[in-house]
Amino acid sequence: MLALFYIFIAVAIGVSFWQITRIMNFRGVIATDEDNTKQGKNSLIFLAFIYGIMIYCLIFMNVIMLPESASIEGEHDDNLFNITFWLIGIVQFAMQFLIFYFTFKYKGSKDRKAKFYADSHKLELIWTVTPAVVLVVLIGYGLWQWNNIMDLSDAKDPVVIEVYSQQFRWDARYAGEDNALGLGNVNYIKGINTMGVDMNDKNSLDDKQVTELYLPKGRKVKFQFRSQDVLHSAYMPHFRAQMNCVPGMVTEFGFTPKYTTEEMRQQSEVIEKTAGINKIRKAKGEDPYEFDYLLLCNKICGASHYSMQMKITVVEPAEYDKWIAEQPTLATVIQ
Amino acid sequence: MSEHHHKETFVTKYIFTQDHKMISKQFLVTGMFMGIIGVFMSMLFRMQIAWPEKSFTIIEAFLGPHQTDGIMNPDIYLALVTIHGTIMVFFVLTAGLSGTFSNLLIPLQIGARDMASGFLNMVSYWLFFLSSVVMVISLFVEAGPASAGWTIYPPLSALPQAIPGSGAGMTLWLVSMAIFIASSLIGSLNYIVTVFNLRTVGMKMTRLPLTIWAFFITAIIGVVSFPVLLSAALLLLFDRSFGTSFYLSDIFISGEVLHYQGGSPVLYEHLFWFLGHPEVYIVLLPALGITSEIISTNSRKPIFGYRAMVMSIMAIAFLSTIVWGHHMFISGMNPFLGSVFTFTTLLIAIPSAVKAFNYITTLWKGNLQLNPAMLFSIGLVSTFVTGGLTGLVLGDSALDIAIHDTYFVVAHFHLVMGVSAIFGMYAGVYHWFPKMYGRMMNKTMGYWHFWLSIICAYGVFWPMHFIGLAGLPRRYYSNTAFPLFDDLADINKVITIFALVGGFAQIIFIANFFISIYRGAKATQNPWKSNTLEWTTPVEHIHGNWPGKLPEVHRWAYDYSKRVDANDDDSDYLHGQDFVLQTTPLLDGEEPS
Repeated sequence: MLALFYIFIAVAIGVSFWQITRIMNFRGVIATDEDNTKQGKNSLIFLAFIYGIMIYCLIFMNVIMLPESASIEGEHDDNLFNITFWLIGIVQFAMQFLIFYFTFKYKGSKDRKAKFYADSHKLELIWTVTPAVVLVVLIGYGLWQWNNIMDLSDAKDPVVIEVYSQQFRWDARYAGEDNALGLGNVNYIKGINTMGVDMNDKNSLDDKQVTELYLPKGRKVKFQFRSQDVLHSAYMPHFRAQMNCVPGMVTEFGFTPKYTTEEMRQQSEVIEKTAGINKIRKAKGEDPYEFDYLLLCNKICGASHYSMQMKITVVEPAEYDKWIAEQPTLATVIQ
Repeated sequence: MSEHHHKETFVTKYIFTQDHKMISKQFLVTGMFMGIIGVFMSMLFRMQIAWPEKSFTIIEAFLGPHQTDGIMNPDIYLALVTIHGTIMVFFVLTAGLSGTFSNLLIPLQIGARDMASGFLNMVSYWLFFLSSVVMVISLFVEAGPASAGWTIYPPLSALPQAIPGSGAGMTLWLVSMAIFIASSLIGSLNYIVTVFNLRTVGMKMTRLPLTIWAFFITAIIGVVSFPVLLSAALLLLFDRSFGTSFYLSDIFISGEVLHYQGGSPVLYEHLFWFLGHPEVYIVLLPALGITSEIISTNSRKPIFGYRAMVMSIMAIAFLSTIVWGHHMFISGMNPFLGSVFTFTTLLIAIPSAVKAFNYITTLWKGNLQLNPAMLFSIGLVSTFVTGGLTGLVLGDSALDIAIHDTYFVVAHFHLVMGVSAIFGMYAGVYHWFPKMYGRMMNKTMGYWHFWLSIICAYGVFWPMHFIGLAGLPRRYYSNTAFPLFDDLADINKVITIFALVGGFAQIIFIANFFISIYRGAKATQNPWKSNTLEWTTPVEHIHGNWPGKLPEVHRWAYDYSKRVDANDDDSDYLHGQDFVLQTTPLLDGEEPS
């Protein structure tokens, strides 16, 4: 690969110097009919090139895409995305065709006379109204879905979790029996109390601090995000979820996991992607990879931003209950 | 204009000049110099993404203390990304593009002797130069230059404990930007006043070339939004240096609680994006204006829908000031605001679509003279469409939340504002080079430059959408910490190769540019057979632009291929040629277009 790259550089430099040496040939500086013909053809070739690269990516990069949404709320995201993507895909293919085909078709020559065509209210009306109508649909669906994912008020018996960020690690705190998180503030950070939980708040006592997220399938999870130093962003791509963690304030997001980690591993899209990854890893002599949900940092936060992550495991509700019961409460850990 | 004929020394002619034509060249060359730095940085960090564990001599040579054995450190990676963004957006595509072409074309195309204030124009350039110097100096600070991303969100940008680049490097960044904003404001005010007051006889607003409309509206957006960035930068400076708490609150870092109370980083985000989003259009609109002019001239056709083009520029400008929140859907602001910003953001698609369709209709049944400038303009329309369409995905808050800050975003904005604007800038340079230097640029090199550039632009940014959809976040020093992304490594290598080739291809342009200044073929007065006023000035630059009286304007700028009988395409050309200068009076019975 690297050799290829050096060759490319050599070619680019070679071409430029070859052209510089030809610089003395300054006879023609304005496009002639011959140039128009040549460049017209080039634009057709280029049209073929971008069609090629567009189609290639659309087909062969399908396998690297994220699998279908692992949260129930994300289903409509996928839907809306598909609708939007089909729409812009079709427009893209059509527009690029028009641009480069017209460049070829109407390439200049001495015999051609341009059409004097300065205005058409009818045409302009068409291409003002058409996008407007299409947008009404996209905006409508988008806003409905936005309201859907951002409105956490009607969640019944949600799992309440605080996701806590600092340079460069994630921690989490489950709300415990009372399903209410105790207050937190950086002033309480001391020793083992790394999340700055106010232990005088009675809601804090049954909270449980963990370093990995376990989520029950089919139950709404309500996240509250905090940061102790700089902005971080909790990005959970498989759940179509992302929210900034802002020092000095608490942000919120929620979703309902749809598949357990095990179920996700059995999905054909995931199997295919994992196989692709493992082929590459094997060639490099690395351990095989197994699918896991992840929480990544997605807001530039410093030197190790690129590795800041936390594993998420989605399990059946019964298993979740068992796991959460095993975790010690803050009262036992800190006091 | 005898008062203009005072004796000029080297200093007053080339350095502290008040002549808009010379100032425009100063902006262009300074912008190009900064552009070389910015592009070179992107090549370095693309190499890091593609080959994260590989040692490169070039990295060892250029990054000095910020690398170990030819592998760059994470901090300098973030710094390179930051400075690349800053330089390209502000120094190249704002000052380099607007500064060059607004200065060159506003007086020439409206028929003025110079800018309203030659002195302020000179001050504007020298402030820009000073800010460039400060920015370049910041690269050599011991702890490294600013590295909190070009958006410099606090607290990361406010706390040197959080990242070394937030020390002296960030202070210099802020100082440089403050000077830059002053330069930009002085320039913009000058452009606005000039367009309002110095139009020649007959140059009604409705007869202005679309270039001038674009520069004029751009200047207005700049005046409205740049001061807000200045205030954001000053408040950040206060937080950093004087202990105020505008943006900071409840911070525990390096083992201690800091004193800041009650501020909010979200406030900064609002202030920043109140400029940051209009900035996209400050960058793009001049490029679109240049394209309108060049496509019309080289199609030998009037621009289709002149009025719609002007109105869509205005609509875009207006909407651009009320959409900033679409950068902040996940910032923690009230979700209701997200709804409002989704609505306004997607509305921008309408005027943008009108512009794209109007360009294509202008090409239709034209007599396309495929000069390099024309190809770059066509390329702009292509990348503008490609990049613009994905805006429908990102502007929709419900979708944005899944791909915010991934490479999908990087691909989107590079195509729609980066590549498009730089193509507009190249188109402008190829087209108006004869006006600037009295010589022509080489077309063969221009063709090579164009095709290599556009192929590489698509080679880089088209696949980049897909690694974004795979969930890969931007600004990651290396993707090796996640096995999930292992299958994206090869695509990243291909992208980097295209980026490197594309970067080197710009050498063709630079060579063409500088060689043509000295050895290019001598230009004729109106090489592209254009209608606008700048081509009625003599090839040799004179102070005051026109010898004798200022030209008088009798028609709009787009009477290309106008026929004797407007409804009969087979009838003869008016005046026997396929263009009619704006200074040509209407014939008896001729309908104004």
